[in-house]
Amino acid sequence: MSVTEDKQACIIGIGQTDLCRKPGSGMTQLGIQLKASTEAIADAGLRGRDIDGIMPFPNLGHAEAFAANLGCENLRYASIIHMGGAAPCASLQAAGAAVTTGMAKHVLIPAGWNGYSGARVKQTVSQDTASIPGGAIARDFYLPFGLTVPPQWYSLMARRHMHEYGTTAEQLGCIALAMRKHAQLNEAAVMHGKEMTMEDYLASPMLADPYRIFDCCIETDGAAAVVVTTVERARDLDKKPIRILGAAAGQPYPADEITNRKDIFQTGLTIAAPEAFATAGVTPSDADFAMIYDCFTFEVLQQIEEVGFCKRGEGGSFVEGGRIELGGDLPINTHGGLLSEAHLLGMGHIVEAVRQLRGTAGERQIADAELGVVTGWGDFGDGSIAILSN
Amino acid sequence: MSDYTLPLPELDGLHGEFFAHCKNHALHFQRCDDCQTFRHVPREMCPECGSWNWSWQPSSGRGKVFTWTVVARPMHPAFVDACPYAPVVVEMEEGVRLLSEVVDVAPADLEIDMAVEVQFDDVTSDVTLPKFKRA
Ligand SMILES: [Zn+2]
Repeated sequence: MSVTEDKQACIIGIGQTDLCRKPGSGMTQLGIQLKASTEAIADAGLRGRDIDGIMPFPNLGHAEAFAANLGCENLRYASIIHMGGAAPCASLQAAGAAVTTGMAKHVLIPAGWNGYSGARVKQTVSQDTASIPGGAIARDFYLPFGLTVPPQWYSLMARRHMHEYGTTAEQLGCIALAMRKHAQLNEAAVMHGKEMTMEDYLASPMLADPYRIFDCCIETDGAAAVVVTTVERARDLDKKPIRILGAAAGQPYPADEITNRKDIFQTGLTIAAPEAFATAGVTPSDADFAMIYDCFTFEVLQQIEEVGFCKRGEGGSFVEGGRIELGGDLPINTHGGLLSEAHLLGMGHIVEAVRQLRGTAGERQIADAELGVVTGWGDFGDGSIAILSN
Repeated sequence: MSDYTLPLPELDGLHGEFFAHCKNHALHFQRCDDCQTFRHVPREMCPECGSWNWSWQPSSGRGKVFTWTVVARPMHPAFVDACPYAPVVVEMEEGVRLLSEVVDVAPADLEIDMAVEVQFDDVTSDVTLPKFKRA
C-alpha cells in the first residue's frame, strides 16, 4: 500500500525496564509491562489518555487491563497477533496500518514478562501444549517421543542445515560470541561483564544437540514497549520519528506442524521479507544493521538467509570473520539480543533499532545509521519483519 | 494401572484412528482418494487438491532418517531418566514424515538417510507407539 508521507507510520516512543534474573523483578507480569509502557508514552511526549490503540503480546496481557491502568479512556483499537516472538514486528505492521487509516492515533505495543522469576519455559510450553500453535499435534505426535520445547524443535532444522550445507558448530558459535561481545557495551544487559570465548562456547554442555546451552537465549525478567503514530502527528511531538518503511508477517507451511514442510528451512520470514522490502523500496544490502530474533543461534543464521542478506546455505560463512559484529558489514543485535541482553520477546530488538536510528546507542552506536531491519520469530517458525529508517 | 510414565497421545478423533491402526501393529496414513497424496499428521481435507475424500492406507513401514535432535538435558519432568535420547524425524517411502525414535541405534550413531523400518511398542494396554529399528 502506498501512503503519503504525512500518513506514514513511525515509532515515536520507546521504553524498557531494568533487566534481571535473580532475584526477579519484584513486579507482576502486568506491572513490569506497565512500567515499560509509561516510559514509552512519556518518551513520546504523550499521556495515557492519548493512547487509543493497544496491541498486547499474545498470552501476556489484555488491552483492557493496560488501558484501565494507564488511563487510556479513549481506547478504540485493541488487538493481539498470535505469532509468539514474531508478534512485536507483526504488531508494528498492524499498528502502522491502524494509524495510517485512522483507526487509531497512537498505538501502544507492550511486551514483557517475568521469564526468570515467573513460570519458566520448561514449565509452560513443555507442559501446556494448548499454548503451542499445533497444540493437539504436539500433544499426540511430539510429546510421547520427548520432543517438548523450542530448542528441541528447532535443533531438528539446525542439524538438517548442517547436513545439507556443511554449517558448523563454530559458525553457530560466531553468532553467540557476537551477541555476547555486544552485551559488553550494554550495561543493562544481563550478560554485561561476562565475556565468552569460542572455547567457552564449545565447552558449554549440550542441551538439544546440536544446540549447546550457549546456543540458547537467556530467561530473564523485563519489559519493553513502543508507541506508533503517523509522521504528521509526530511533528507536534519532541522526538524524531523513526519511520516504518515496510513491515510484513508470514507463516511457514504448514504452520502447526514442524516436520512435514516440503522445504524444511522455509519460515514465515521467507514470505514476509520480500513484501517488506518491496513496500520499503529498499534491498537487504541497503541495511546498516539488523536486529534478528535470536531465540537460538541457528535461527539467526536461518533468518539471515531468508531475509536475503545472503543466499540459502551461505549463512554459515556469512556470520564468520566479525561481519555481524559492530564494525563489520552488518552488525546484528548491537544490544546483545535474546542471547546476551535479555529475553524481551523481540520488543527489545525494536527498541534497540530505534536507539540506533536516533543516534542514542552510546558506546555501541553505529555511525550514520539510517536504515535498519528488525525480525521476529515465533511458535513453529512464524516470521515478521520491519524496515525502519530515520 | 500401567507403570508407563511418559506422556501419551489422546485417542480421540483422527489422531485416535491413527493410533488405533498402530494398536493393530499397522502403520497407516491418510491418502487422498482423488489426488492420491499421502498426508501426516491427520487432516480433515486434502491440502493439495481440496478433496474431502480420503482413506487410511497401509504404509510400507520403510523410511529413512531425515533429521534428529539429542536431548541431553531434560526439559520435561517425565523424561528426566530418559536422557540422552533422540527424537528422530523419519521420512517414509510414502513421502510423509513422522516424529518417532530409532530403538536400536544409540543417539551418537544416528546418520541422516539411515534406512529404518517401523516396529510397534505396546506402551500401555490402550496405546501403541510406532517406533523404528535399523533396516
Ligand atoms: Zn487430494
